[in-house]
Amino acid sequence: MTTLKVNGQEHQIAAEGDTPLLYVLRDELKLNAAKFGCGLGQCGACTVIVDGKAVLSCVTPLLLVEGKQVTTLEGLGTVQAPAPIQRAFMEEQAAQCGYCIAGMMMRAQALLQRNSKPTDAEIRGELALHLCRCGTHTRILRAVRRAAHLMDTAELSPANQESVR
Amino acid sequence: MNAPIILDRRRVLAGSGALIVSFSLGGAFAQEKPAAPAPNLPPSLKTAPFLDSWIRIDANGTITAFTGKAELGQGFKTAFQQIAAEQLDVPFASLQVVTADTALTANEGYTSGSHSMQDSGTAILHAAAQVRALLLGEAAKRLELPVETLRTENGAVIAADGRRLGYGELVANDVLHLQAQPDSPLKDPATFKVMGESVPRVDIPAKVTGGAAYVQDMRLPGMVHARLVRPPSYGAQLIECDVAAVETMPGVVKVVRDGNFLAVVATREFQAIKAMDALAGVAKWQENAQLPKQDELPSMLMAMPSRDSIILQKSDPKVVGQKAIEATYTRPYQSHGSIGPSCAVAQFADGKMTVWSHTQGVYPDRQAIAEMLRMPPADVRVIHVEGSGCYGHNGADDAAADAALIARALPDSPVRVQWMREQEHAWEPFGPAMVTKLKASLDGHGKVADWHFEVWSNTHSMRPGGAGCLLAAQHMAQAMPVPPAKPIPLPEGGGDRNAIPIYSFPNAQVVHHFIPDMPVRISAMRALGAYHNVFSIESFMDELAALAGRDPVEFRLKHLDDARGRDVIAKAAEGFGWLRGQTPPRDRGFGFAFARYKNLAAYCAVASEVEVNRETGRARLVRAVAAVDSGQVVNPDGLINQIEGAILQSTSWTLYESVSFDDKRITSIDWQTYPILRFDAVPDSIHVHIINRPGLPFLGSGETGQGPAAASIANAIANATGKRLRDLPLSRKRIKDAIDA
Amino acid sequence: MARSHIIGGVVAALVVAGAAAAVALVWRPAITAIDPPPPQSFEPALVKRGRELAALGNCNDCHTVRGGKNFAGGLPVPTPFGAIFSTNITPDPETGIGRWPEEAFRRAMRTGVDREGRHLYPTFPYDHFTNVTGEDDRALYAYLMTREPIVAAARPNELRFPFDQRFVVAGWKLLFLRRDTYHPDPTKSAEWNRGAYLVEGLAHCGACHTPRNALGAERAQAAFSGGEADDWNAYAINTKSPAPVAWNADALEFYLRNGWHPDHGTARGPMAEVVSNLAAVPASDVHAIAVYMADVFGAPATPRSREAVVAQAKSGAAREADPQGAAIYTATCAACHESGRQPPYGGINLALSSALSAPDPRNLVNIVLAGVRPVAGERSPIMPGFGASMGDQQIASLVNYLRSRFTREPVWRDLETVIQDARRTQTAYLRTSAGPTSAPADAMQKDKP
Repeated sequence: MTTLKVNGQEHQIAAEGDTPLLYVLRDELKLNAAKFGCGLGQCGACTVIVDGKAVLSCVTPLLLVEGKQVTTLEGLGTVQAPAPIQRAFMEEQAAQCGYCIAGMMMRAQALLQRNSKPTDAEIRGELALHLCRCGTHTRILRAVRRAAHLMDTAELSPANQESVR
Repeated sequence: MNAPIILDRRRVLAGSGALIVSFSLGGAFAQEKPAAPAPNLPPSLKTAPFLDSWIRIDANGTITAFTGKAELGQGFKTAFQQIAAEQLDVPFASLQVVTADTALTANEGYTSGSHSMQDSGTAILHAAAQVRALLLGEAAKRLELPVETLRTENGAVIAADGRRLGYGELVANDVLHLQAQPDSPLKDPATFKVMGESVPRVDIPAKVTGGAAYVQDMRLPGMVHARLVRPPSYGAQLIECDVAAVETMPGVVKVVRDGNFLAVVATREFQAIKAMDALAGVAKWQENAQLPKQDELPSMLMAMPSRDSIILQKSDPKVVGQKAIEATYTRPYQSHGSIGPSCAVAQFADGKMTVWSHTQGVYPDRQAIAEMLRMPPADVRVIHVEGSGCYGHNGADDAAADAALIARALPDSPVRVQWMREQEHAWEPFGPAMVTKLKASLDGHGKVADWHFEVWSNTHSMRPGGAGCLLAAQHMAQAMPVPPAKPIPLPEGGGDRNAIPIYSFPNAQVVHHFIPDMPVRISAMRALGAYHNVFSIESFMDELAALAGRDPVEFRLKHLDDARGRDVIAKAAEGFGWLRGQTPPRDRGFGFAFARYKNLAAYCAVASEVEVNRETGRARLVRAVAAVDSGQVVNPDGLINQIEGAILQSTSWTLYESVSFDDKRITSIDWQTYPILRFDAVPDSIHVHIINRPGLPFLGSGETGQGPAAASIANAIANATGKRLRDLPLSRKRIKDAIDA
Repeated sequence: MARSHIIGGVVAALVVAGAAAAVALVWRPAITAIDPPPPQSFEPALVKRGRELAALGNCNDCHTVRGGKNFAGGLPVPTPFGAIFSTNITPDPETGIGRWPEEAFRRAMRTGVDREGRHLYPTFPYDHFTNVTGEDDRALYAYLMTREPIVAAARPNELRFPFDQRFVVAGWKLLFLRRDTYHPDPTKSAEWNRGAYLVEGLAHCGACHTPRNALGAERAQAAFSGGEADDWNAYAINTKSPAPVAWNADALEFYLRNGWHPDHGTARGPMAEVVSNLAAVPASDVHAIAVYMADVFGAPATPRSREAVVAQAKSGAAREADPQGAAIYTATCAACHESGRQPPYGGINLALSSALSAPDPRNLVNIVLAGVRPVAGERSPIMPGFGASMGDQQIASLVNYLRSRFTREPVWRDLETVIQDARRTQTAYLRTSAGPTSAPADAMQKDKP
């Protein structure tokens, strides 16, 4: 049994230690956001946050994250109470098929948590690992800039603050 | 999302008996003839003329709109909801859209060819308008008032004296089970409340908060996980496979072997993956494939047997050409490259097969799967659930067939098949390689006197249709042969899509060399032949403009009669700041291109600025400005999103992409070996200008940007470097070699 | 009285003489500035030759910063004395070398002095470029003077006193700059000599691959015994090479041309840019370099074949393996590194890895932290980095395990310190290095679109 903390809650996971975190999240915990895009660490669709850093969950086995704090997109907010990054992506309509978006958002969230005023070059550099096939890139960049602005001007609710640590 | 939606149509009409719904089965294209002769109705209404195929209103007033098309990420669910809400005169949020499901929706063939707005959108537009008229008529009868004195608002008919009848109260007695009429009382565009607005997409909130949104998110009770072990190459034979060790691996439920079809099923997903690796290790294949030489594709294509047809012949002997040029343009095989590898869920219970798939065509796929399983189609139901963007015929249909075949071997268990990245890259049907040869001459006034265009291409559709189009059916022991390739007829066309130029040339000939043999698996990819044909035509127009000493935009306008096309060209040029005789900054170039998709769908012009690093040959799109005319616009932001996407995707195709293979196998099997656009190459800006045409028919827009973007970039590179590149992709190495030459 | 005068006079004379000597040592005349020569005044064939030589010399690697323009400088080069920023060598008249006559360029290459007479820090490896012939200098000059002029002022260096005083360099040169160190060897083939000329001169391999003394000069007696670049370890490329399978001329040539080799892995870190540049160099020159370096590598006493190396690691006279490291390896790395898929797209069998066998753990740590990034638009290897998903202790555990499982080398010490340092230096490196232009390519796909 592995203890895993996800979105502020502790779970007992029965999966083997070599199970990629992606499958633990999707199959054991029924979380949808992190996606299978390649399983090879090449596309970023599986990105989640572990102890404040963005990681590719498809190449992160469970045994590496035992005892660490895992945050997924579900942990940032809901449709009724969206986090700034989620609001920004909705306001910019920054999605076409949307499959790559959750990974992009988690990468951006991790960036904004440590650098609240990133330059365009810094955002692009951070998202370099991520692929979008529909061509939503310009909207994604706008959404990240908008999220930075929202985070700057709005106050995070205490619940959100805890879940992103 | 987690349980199949079973809607009993009997419940629609309170107190009525069985509902007769006329859907036509089979039929791949909207041109299919309906069962009963219908009056002159637009495409999808023609095949499903009953109004309640499109709009259903429950006794409690719940409104549902049905479309046979699928949401691919283009925002159609939202657009259709807008159309229906507008014409029914109800609030946007008060109705729902149900998409492609063989048990519920009309057969609209494939969601492809940019037909969704033109066919389905138009059907919903008219059906909703006619439903509203019927409800007003019914209310007039009940209230014994003249219908002109009534109005609709918020889902109810309201009389001048304030009496109110909700839509739900009005739907008794089969009132909606009527065939559509040729004329519809459409609302005046000037009064639109929600059509023409950038209504936020209904699917995005779930996608940004981890809601279930994709077929990949389905979790049915008792669901098991399957993985394929695909052959290493086309036509490989499985000669040995000792499955004993794999069957005893943790969690493994079954190993399915049927001829060359090999799969393993386990209770947990990661167990299935490990079992798949083990199974691949014990499978021994005899490989038979003989693939062509990747760098000799153009000559190979032109040498293959072909069926040739002249699709345009115009002659005016009075006009004689003086200066002539010719050019050959080539395109390699290119990949859809869907971000999410294909996935499907299937369940075989009580002799019925249900398949959840992101296929673009639920009806054709059902037909093919039924044929593969030797079952009556009526016992197979295919339900569309979103996958990642497919951009044409990718692995979705095959994954659906895989799931069905495995599910039959495990009755009652829902089986989830997930393709691996390498499998999607290696086995998807690619966009076909193409060659075009162009020749033209200018008269004494610098106008085109003579135009000659030849295109060599495979078919651009091997969609099921026949079961033999499905990998599972090709691989199983009682294999089904791949159906013979057929060209898609004009005016749509496949390899010859957009081969006929929109410009007016006094002498013109266009020849289509249709190549039936397909050494590499191919099918439909966004824009089909139009991507390469428009790339060729619009690159060549620039070459001719240079020969004539004319500005490229002016040169095009001189040959274009179509007024809407001229408007789009002018708008894009203006938006870009295109000036005759302009000089780009150092190491940069400006390029322009225009086309009307299929010469009957949306118009699109793209002006671009490209920077070329002369040391490395690396080209980067700096900015692009586009103009688009899609007729009546339903959701402007949705349209802009599609055009932006088309431009960026085409940029990636044009600068980077080609499928690679050796003499046996496809070797571009992941993102290392098939690189696509990343954020470092994303332009600084893309501006899309819409020319809205209220009241005019919808024009398909999802594919209109691919060709113009490609040619615009090619023309900008030529402008920047003085070198003309004609072989796609316009790779860094090719640009550098051209500069250094 | 007179004696004191005489003594005073002698002392004064000595001081003056000493000062004069010091001045003579330090001072160099300025060479008169010229108007920037028009690009058309250079022969295209000469420019082309200069392009090839610049690729051999890897000039763009130091003189271009990520996000900056070609040859416009601005790359911070870490040294034990502080950071030195590369200069703008585009022909911009004010901020670049646009006003340099060829004579000034040649003087800079030979003796490390700029047009105005200031000493250049030997981060610019003129201790190698001093061997470049006048003819090659001329071609390089033609190439550089025909590049796009970019306005980009040199960034001030961040050096500690007294190293920020340029006259100190004069002393360094007196001690360490040897001219004409390269002479053709008549007993060797023409190819070997060509290779020696290139390696000792333009290609300046020793600048990274030779250890340096406390004053930052290459230790001539330890030529090619290993050095560093940008906080990466440049392996010993002589008889002390740590490569489990020995290098030979064919392997070297393949590696230098393609950027990878099935028995050795893929060039990463600063070497990635070197091999990317070498892809644009005439094959005969790469062949010559390989011939010369094969001689430098020498043949090992007991060479092991690839099969032997892999087999020995498999059977592992396994030393006590760290179980946590073993579990991490199996769960995280084995999927790619034991897939059987060949480099450059498959992970190398770690038994073959030089990074793992070298005395210095930094390269392995760098790669584990940051992975391998693709080159835009080119078929390229991609390896994910694990710096975010693994803590320092986890990485140390993994690295320890790999070392004991796949090599017979002694345990690396102080890994967690190395890892902490590497996190910092690699972040800076990735932010500033422009990266290679082309990617290691599978030989079959290399020339295809």
